[in-house]
Amino acid sequence: MGVKSIMIVGVGGQGTLLASKLLGNALLSRGFDVKVSEVHGMSQRGGSVVTYVRWGENEKVYSPVIEKGEADVIVSFEQLEAARWLPYLKKGGKMVINTQCMDPMPVITGAAKYPEGLLDRLEEAGVDVTAIDALSLAKEAGSEKAVNVVLMGVMARSLDIDYDHWQETIRQTVPAKFTELNLKAFDLGYRL
Amino acid sequence: MKKLMLGNEAVARGLYEAGCRVVSSYPGTPSTEITEFAATYDDMYSEWAPNEKVAMEVAIGASIGGARSFCGMKHVGLNVAADPLYTASYTGVNAGMVIAVADDPGMHSSQNEQDSRHHAIASKVPMLEPSDSEECLAFAKLAYEISEQFDVPCMLRLSTRISHSRSLVETSDRQELELKEYKKDPQKYVMMPAMARGRHAVVEERTRKLTQWAETASINRVEMGDTRIGIITSGASYDYAREALGDKASYLKLGMVNPLPVELIRNFAAQCDTVYVVEELDDIIETHCRKHGIQVHGKDTFSLLGEINQSIVAEKILGEKKEYVQLQDVEIPVRPPVMCAGCPHRGLFYALKRKKVYVSGDIGCYTLGASAPLSAIDACVCMGASVSSLHGYNIARGEEQAHKAVAVIGDSTFIHSGITSLIDIAYNKGISKVIVLDNSITGMTGHQQNPTTGYTIKGDPTAAVSLEKLANAVGINRVRVVDPYNLEETMRVIDEELAVDEPSMIISRRPCALLKYVKHNPPFKVDQDKCIGCKSCLSIGCPAISIHNKKAEISQTQCVGCNVCKQLCKFGAIGAGEVQ
Repeated sequence: MGVKSIMIVGVGGQGTLLASKLLGNALLSRGFDVKVSEVHGMSQRGGSVVTYVRWGENEKVYSPVIEKGEADVIVSFEQLEAARWLPYLKKGGKMVINTQCMDPMPVITGAAKYPEGLLDRLEEAGVDVTAIDALSLAKEAGSEKAVNVVLMGVMARSLDIDYDHWQETIRQTVPAKFTELNLKAFDLGYRL
Repeated sequence: MKKLMLGNEAVARGLYEAGCRVVSSYPGTPSTEITEFAATYDDMYSEWAPNEKVAMEVAIGASIGGARSFCGMKHVGLNVAADPLYTASYTGVNAGMVIAVADDPGMHSSQNEQDSRHHAIASKVPMLEPSDSEECLAFAKLAYEISEQFDVPCMLRLSTRISHSRSLVETSDRQELELKEYKKDPQKYVMMPAMARGRHAVVEERTRKLTQWAETASINRVEMGDTRIGIITSGASYDYAREALGDKASYLKLGMVNPLPVELIRNFAAQCDTVYVVEELDDIIETHCRKHGIQVHGKDTFSLLGEINQSIVAEKILGEKKEYVQLQDVEIPVRPPVMCAGCPHRGLFYALKRKKVYVSGDIGCYTLGASAPLSAIDACVCMGASVSSLHGYNIARGEEQAHKAVAVIGDSTFIHSGITSLIDIAYNKGISKVIVLDNSITGMTGHQQNPTTGYTIKGDPTAAVSLEKLANAVGINRVRVVDPYNLEETMRVIDEELAVDEPSMIISRRPCALLKYVKHNPPFKVDQDKCIGCKSCLSIGCPAISIHNKKAEISQTQCVGCNVCKQLCKFGAIGAGEVQ
């Protein structure tokens, strides 16, 4: 079946690292070869961030990164980031997009405009888009910070990993005091 | 059971399994987590040192003392530690010593793109380069074997994609080693001319033996596929080449990048029609091949700049390009990194921008003070350079100018190498004004303790450097402390200190807003009736503030109630949030 690739993109501070760790651990527990690539440091400070998750069922994963035209799925935590990373999507790939918009600094200072109607534009371009208001669902689960796990729930529906398996991975990956919150957040995304 | 481990975590695991006892490092992206993970093992002593030179000297001493030792750093950190490195190559080791250095091709979080292999070649120490987490662990252990077998510190070269990628690792138990006996041996350990001459001969003979070892070492591995294309590579570049070319090429994967084998490369190249060297940054393997008359392609095909990836390899070697979709006619604004909402540096940089002074910058989160809209920094070179280069700038431009110029440096960076620069100012009768941005943590690398915070790497309370007393002790008599959340006070004190005819230090003190113990205020709100949309509040570049329907709006999820924007609003439109 070849190596599969998922990109998780967003804004530094939105919790993309935990999301990629969760996905990586879920894939590992299925016995796949897995690579997860992250960026730390300067680029994390409210900048555009991207993590790469790649796995092979019977195949070794070599490169830790995903290049243009290679991602089977892109999970975007923010609309503008979805548009930015679109070229990395494989032809016929899927996008899971949180409808939240966050102004980057050039928009805040007035040097640039936040483009309008991005979701429509993506669909017009032939992209298979699942758009959801993950922020509201995260609030419903109990914390705005759970946006990442809600989105993992939505994304999980398109992967061949059982629901119980995900539950177990969440229990093992997040700190005990946040387990219930994250299980609920995952559920809200998964059962959407 | 296999675990998914970050490359840096796997290096730490390798140190643990190899029986390493002493770890001393200075944080630097992408190397930091090696030492953070090392500190989670109780069987190893771990510490943050004030800088990389100190860290390496601690490791040298521990090795002489009979314990396997380690120090880790980023590529530019190795420049700081170059002095001990080059002579430790002469003394060699007692117990094994390993140095990890993490390069940052593409400069994800660095000020230059230097290639650390040059240091290995110049200091004549062996260097291994892993391609994934499993090799990070295995090579860390092997590095100790090489170190002790060849009597030399052994380097481990990492890069961002190896350090910060997670892949599968099989762990094993720790090797329990006795402390080695220490025997006085001045011919080996006291490097003064007569002894060092003798040791230099040993170093050259050692390099010859290491080169021989490299010819048959199992970490220098040939993988034969189609012989029309031959690839000589190492580290992350191997991953990219394998991904792009699969069985369409044959590979010589070099696990040891210094010294390089000669006959192994020659024999491999002879079996392939066209040979490419795929290496990030400089043309080191390529130059080695040419020196020995082996025909290869290298930087005629690949760039000296940035990272390589599978697409670049496929395009350059196979001429293949992947198709992809792009939105037409949509301008996508860039999203550069910014200071966080509530960052204590923001108020200080706003004040400096208002004062229109020359700002000599340094390395840390506060380098972001150079970005719009604050745009407050004039120069930034390396750790500690803000202070010493300001001194030079002021000498060049005269005393008048010294009243219109400041240096900005973080607490950890000041301890790293700003203190010697401050001594230079005091000793040489300079009048430069130095601002220490004391946020009570090493911020940029992800919150490490440092000598000013009062805590060790393990979180144990310890002596804390007093910046005030330190400045006084070196001859700086004027030391002021301001709260950068208070703009009026900050600007007044800057004015006062710029005016005086003597050197001065201002400590801009406020803990990083991301520290767990920092209590946030409820988010501030904009009174939409009072806001006239003048955009004054946007001038501080806070990511929590934006304009919607021509009025300011404060993100209730991002704002931490720092109160800086409220001080800018002339219309009283910004108000504190309600305490819940």
